Amino acid sequence: MSELYDVVIVGGGPAGLSAAYSAYKNGAKKILVLERDRELGGILQQCIHNGFGLHHFKEELTGPGYAGRCIGLIKDKPEVETRVDTMVLEVHEDKTVLAVSPTKGIYTVQGKTVILTMGCRERTRGAIRTPGGRPAGIFTAGAAQRMVNMEGYLPGKKIVILGSGDIGLIMARRMSLEGCKVMADIEICPFSNGLTRNIVQCLNDYNIPLYLAHTITRIHGKDRVTGVTVAKVDNKMQPIPGTEFDIECDTLLLSVGLIPENELSRSLGIKLHRLTNGPIVDQHRETSLPGFYAAGNVVHVHDLVDFVSDEAEIAGKFAALDAQGKLPAVQHDVAVEAVNGVRTCVPQHLSLPEGGEGARLFMRVSAPARKVTLEIKQGDEVLLSRMLPVVKPSEMIAVEVPAAITAKMTGSSVTVGLKQKEA
Amino acid sequence: MATEKRVMNCIMCPMGCELTVTLDGGKFVSVTGNTCPRGAKYAQDEVTAPKRMLTSTVRIKGGFLPLLPVVSKTVMPKGKVLEAARALRSVEVQAPVKAGDVVVADILGTGVDIIASRNMAAKN
Ligand code: SF4
Repeated sequence: MSELYDVVIVGGGPAGLSAAYSAYKNGAKKILVLERDRELGGILQQCIHNGFGLHHFKEELTGPGYAGRCIGLIKDKPEVETRVDTMVLEVHEDKTVLAVSPTKGIYTVQGKTVILTMGCRERTRGAIRTPGGRPAGIFTAGAAQRMVNMEGYLPGKKIVILGSGDIGLIMARRMSLEGCKVMADIEICPFSNGLTRNIVQCLNDYNIPLYLAHTITRIHGKDRVTGVTVAKVDNKMQPIPGTEFDIECDTLLLSVGLIPENELSRSLGIKLHRLTNGPIVDQHRETSLPGFYAAGNVVHVHDLVDFVSDEAEIAGKFAALDAQGKLPAVQHDVAVEAVNGVRTCVPQHLSLPEGGEGARLFMRVSAPARKVTLEIKQGDEVLLSRMLPVVKPSEMIAVEVPAAITAKMTGSSVTVGLKQKEA
Repeated sequence: MATEKRVMNCIMCPMGCELTVTLDGGKFVSVTGNTCPRGAKYAQDEVTAPKRMLTSTVRIKGGFLPLLPVVSKTVMPKGKVLEAARALRSVEVQAPVKAGDVVVADILGTGVDIIASRNMAAKN
C-alpha cells in the first residue's frame, strides 16, 4: 500500500508552499509537497530582484527572500513533508501519484486530495517562428536568468531582447549590471507587456531603447548569432516592408510569454480553459475533477507572486477541508463569463452554498484603457461595479466579491466586463 | 521661475501609480497621483536625488550553489548602482551564509550595506 496523505501537492514553488501552509492551517494533518528541482522555492530562487511580497507579506522582498519566507512557514511543521529532486510522472483519477527520485526510485503515494501547482514555462523560439538559421546564442530570458543568477555564466555580451514581458525587462537590467551591452528591447505589441516600474527601472535607467510595434524578422549568424533584422509592424502585427533595420548582437533573449505547464492535468482529463491554458476552476480552485485543486501559474499566468500565494492559500484551504469531509454543500453553480474587454476571469465558475460565499476574482483585460468601470452583471442587473483608473493586459485585476453579492447570483451565469465611461 | 509639471511612474511597488510632480524652479513643490506615502517620497527623491535598490550576486565558496544572491539593504544613489554592481563582481564569500548577513558593509561609502538575500548552506 502506498502511503496516504490528506493533501499531495505537485510542485514546491510559491504556489505549492503557500498551499501547503494553508492546508496545515486548515486542519490537514498529513501534507506532502513534491518538487522536481534540487531545492524548494521554484522560479523565485533565480528571480534575485526585489519587488516581491508587498501585498502578501507586507514587506518588500527579493525572490529568494520571498521563497525563504514561504519555506520558513512550513519548515518546522511535522504535518508538512517536502521532497526535492522528485519528479511526478503520473497522477491518476483515484489520486495516486507516481513519482521518481534518485534516492527512492519509482514509487506511489496516495492523496485524499491533490493540488496541482506546477507553475508555467516559457514560450520558446519554436512558438514564435522567427526565421533564420540555428546559431548559438538564442536563449529564453528565464534560462539566461538561471545561468546568470544561479550558475554563474553570462550567455553573451551584446544582447537584444525580444518581448517586453517582465522577465525580459528584468534581464535587460541584470545583463547591464553584469557589464553586458543591451542593444534594444523589441516588442510586437503597441504597448509593453511588463509592469511599468520595470520599464522605468530596467530600460529607461540604462538608456535601453524599447521598440514598440516592432518585431524581429530575421536572426543572422551561422555558428553564433551576429545580429537581427528588426521591422515595424502594422496593426495586424505584420512586418511593414521597407522599415527594416539591423542590430548587431551576439545574443538574443526571448521574453515572449509563459504557458501554464499542464501535461499532468491534461493526461488526467482535467478541463482546461482555451485562453488561460490552465484548468477551469471554481472559487475554491477545484478543477473539473472532484478532489483535484490547482493554483498559481498553472491556472493562469500571474504577474505578482503575491497573488499566486493568495490563490494557493485558497486552494490549500479547500483541499484541506475536502480531505476532512468539511466542504460546504454546494447549492448551485454559476458560470462567470468574461465579456466586453475582459479577456479572462479566474475562477470561471462559482460553486455556491446557500447564502452565497465570498469569492475573489482575478481578471485580465484585452487592451489598455483608462477610467473604466468593471461590472459584474446578472442579465442586465449590475451586481457590483468598480471604478478603475488604469487597466492594462499586463496587470491582473483582483476583485473581492462578498457573500452578500454572490447570494444574489440565482441564475446560471453572470458576466464580468468593462463599461467604458461616457465622455 | 516658472512652475513645471513632470509626469512619472512610481516604481516603489508593482502598482506603478502615475505621479504628477509640480516643480518650481527645479525645486519639488507637490505631488499628486500617489496611492500611498511611499509614492510621495519617491517623487521627491526622483526629482532631487534619484535612488534605486541594487540586486546582484556574489561568488560563494563551499556553498550548495556557486552564487549567492544579494540586495542593498536600502535604496542607494542611482548614479552609484553600476559601480557597486561592478565592485560586487570581485567579491567572494564563504558558506554557510544566512539571509540578512552583511556581505559588503557601506559599499562605495554610500552608507548602504549589501546583504545576503537567502540562506546558503555549505555543500555536504
Ligand atoms: S504610490 Fe504607493 S501604491 Fe502607488 S506605486 Fe508608489 S508605492 Fe505603490
